Amino acid sequence: MKEKNLLVKNARIIDPAGGLDESGDILVAGGKIIKTGKDIAAAGATVIEASGLIACPGFIDLHCHLRQPGYEDKETIATGAAAAARGGFTTVCCMPNTSPPLDNAATVGHVKDIAAREAPLITILPAGCITKGRAGRELTDMAELAAAGCIGFSDDGSPVSSARLMSLAMQYTASLDLPVIDHCEDLDLSRGGHMNDGWVAARLGLKGIPAAAEDTMVARDIALCQLTGARLHVTHISTKGSVELVRDAKRRGLGVTCDVTPHHLTLTEERVMVAQAGTGTALTYDTNARVNPPLRSSADIDALIQGIKDGTIDAIATDHAPHTMGDKLCEFENAAPGISGFETAFGTLMALVHTGRIDLNVLIACLTAGPARVLKSAAGTLQPGARADIALLDTGREWTVDVKDFLSKGRNTPFDGCKLKGMVVATISGGRFAYSYSRKIYNIKPVNEYLG
Amino acid sequence: MSLSESRRHAATRETLPQLSIDSWNHRHVLDLDDFSREEIDLVFEIAKGMVEILDRDVKKVPTLRGKTIATMFFEPSTRTRASFELAAKYLGADTISLDSAKSSVAKGESLIDSLRTLQALEVDTIIMRHPCSGAPYIAAQHIDTSIINAGDGCHAHPSQGLLDLFTMKQQFGDLTGRKAIIVGDIMHSRVARSNIWGTRHYGIKLVLCAPPTLVPRGLPEMLDRCALNHVTIEHSLDAALENADIVMPLRLQKERQQSGLISSMREYIQGYQVNLQRLAGAKPDVLVMHPGPMNEGVEISHEVAYGTRSLIEQQVTNGVAVRMALLYLIAGGKSR
Repeated sequence: MKEKNLLVKNARIIDPAGGLDESGDILVAGGKIIKTGKDIAAAGATVIEASGLIACPGFIDLHCHLRQPGYEDKETIATGAAAAARGGFTTVCCMPNTSPPLDNAATVGHVKDIAAREAPLITILPAGCITKGRAGRELTDMAELAAAGCIGFSDDGSPVSSARLMSLAMQYTASLDLPVIDHCEDLDLSRGGHMNDGWVAARLGLKGIPAAAEDTMVARDIALCQLTGARLHVTHISTKGSVELVRDAKRRGLGVTCDVTPHHLTLTEERVMVAQAGTGTALTYDTNARVNPPLRSSADIDALIQGIKDGTIDAIATDHAPHTMGDKLCEFENAAPGISGFETAFGTLMALVHTGRIDLNVLIACLTAGPARVLKSAAGTLQPGARADIALLDTGREWTVDVKDFLSKGRNTPFDGCKLKGMVVATISGGRFAYSYSRKIYNIKPVNEYLG
Repeated sequence: MSLSESRRHAATRETLPQLSIDSWNHRHVLDLDDFSREEIDLVFEIAKGMVEILDRDVKKVPTLRGKTIATMFFEPSTRTRASFELAAKYLGADTISLDSAKSSVAKGESLIDSLRTLQALEVDTIIMRHPCSGAPYIAAQHIDTSIINAGDGCHAHPSQGLLDLFTMKQQFGDLTGRKAIIVGDIMHSRVARSNIWGTRHYGIKLVLCAPPTLVPRGLPEMLDRCALNHVTIEHSLDAALENADIVMPLRLQKERQQSGLISSMREYIQGYQVNLQRLAGAKPDVLVMHPGPMNEGVEISHEVAYGTRSLIEQQVTNGVAVRMALLYLIAGGKSR
């Protein structure tokens, strides 16, 4: 069946990669962007009236956990992709800490097969392991993993402790021109810690993870990046020190990039102790605020926002980490770290725009052009010829987070019940609706025709 | 029962309910951070009556007859558990004791499941000890049964904080201007944390004394943010002892050396052991307390532990009285 063309009318089109911010229309045909501009006419096209909405490239998430294979009770590729679409994401990079882990081409192929079958509308890009079994002892067959489709390498959550092994890994990744996606944590320094090492940890009697556990590893891996010429992508940076180290590395011309999560930009360590600042005295020990790296201080948030403004931080990545109820319904120390982040990312980040801390165009760049640059991907733009991945956003729409509505299986979020202002109203991927709020479309499988 | 004893008994039975407990609003006792001075004073008023009961030959009163109190200990304890169980029995309650390290928890049952089971069994009050900080707080979010925290991880031990304060007040009456030192492993001490909160209403100067590695990094900022201006941190015990009225060493666990937090027991003893030689530099009437269990020869010398300045046995007796008062207020004071 011949697919109908699609015409997005009267949107505010923001495409940071193309330097575009103007009202107009977007014409899509054959799954690709044909053109953007004013008063585009297209006979027979399905028209989407988007006045009052922002149209921008579909978001790209450099860091998420889809849990399949192995942890299908937490998430599957299908439910994760649906949640991603609801969050405006059309491209997501999934981390390899599945069971079995993505440390061999066969398992990577398995994930890609499931993705193609279950969620073809979302571009799912797996990262491969740096070491076999994520055990930090032997390198994986990186060239074979790259050939199987891995877009980078990470032992996320189990960072490579040996500097020698990491430097060898970087020599291989440099030759493959793929980034190391680096969870920076000195496990010796963070051992036994459950939250930021600050006043709230002292208050709650929880052992702290010092910022230095991240900073020292960022410093080490920047040195190794300089040694090897590899592309180093520091993921989910959370400390003032990390921002300064990456800023300095960029100034020195090294191939270092980084991302930060929405929760590290919007929540402090105090969220572990109280649901909302200034409400009552009962301590919550909220396991939904347990995350690794831990929520830090407001001084760290200030530094992270400065890093976004001055370009030190390239991207915002969700670190979407779904867990079951049981993983969180327990003692704080025993709770699995992580936040189910796809569906609240844009709404929570918009608070930073509404309060004037981040410019809307900068925010959208961090969700589109920035991560595309890290991946050297052609996605993340609305320029003619690009894949028609489009997010339609209503920046003024207020809504209340209710985990019961989540498309993700993971309902672990500290934002449940929060009123947010800013909503993804539709996600178009490859010219098709992957999500539409008003049309109640939750569609990550292809359909036979475009839905108007 | 002699005539005077039976009179005393009757007197206690009458005085207990006459106390105004309208100001008591605690369903649970999780820590002392949400206790006003009036509430602590109320606990102590009742505890004084309980001390009288403990002086009798027959220590049983029927105050909590028909109530069921469960002790649920997820980590080993002898003293606190015995103290709570005796307190409950002296008040006439039925007690059950769940040793969770050996029971359903070992079979994989979650904390919440274990507690929900107790709730379904219609237990009135759960006395809970747990190795994880915050565990009773999480429990209180999921069940309605009253919970008394008998120690959670490194966080809080409110009944110990109360009995320590009660013992101090017993000695000095008004505590305004008095100086107390808690010395040792502040980092891992729930006793120190609860004492910080308990003492804040009474005009005491509280000094926390430890080597730098045994003080949480965030503690100074916490004291500042929580307006706990009566507390200071001092790394030299000899300096801290100047003009001190009370010194309370904390148990130092041998694991602290294995994990490198102290270089050796010898070095720790030289700097921080409370012994006669060190007390020679302090006020002659300085009093010594210890929350137990003691490591004699490590944080405290035998001579000091059993010397004339030691209040350690009084603490143990007071512990039962204070816990009786808490149980009276939680399980029997107000119908809910």
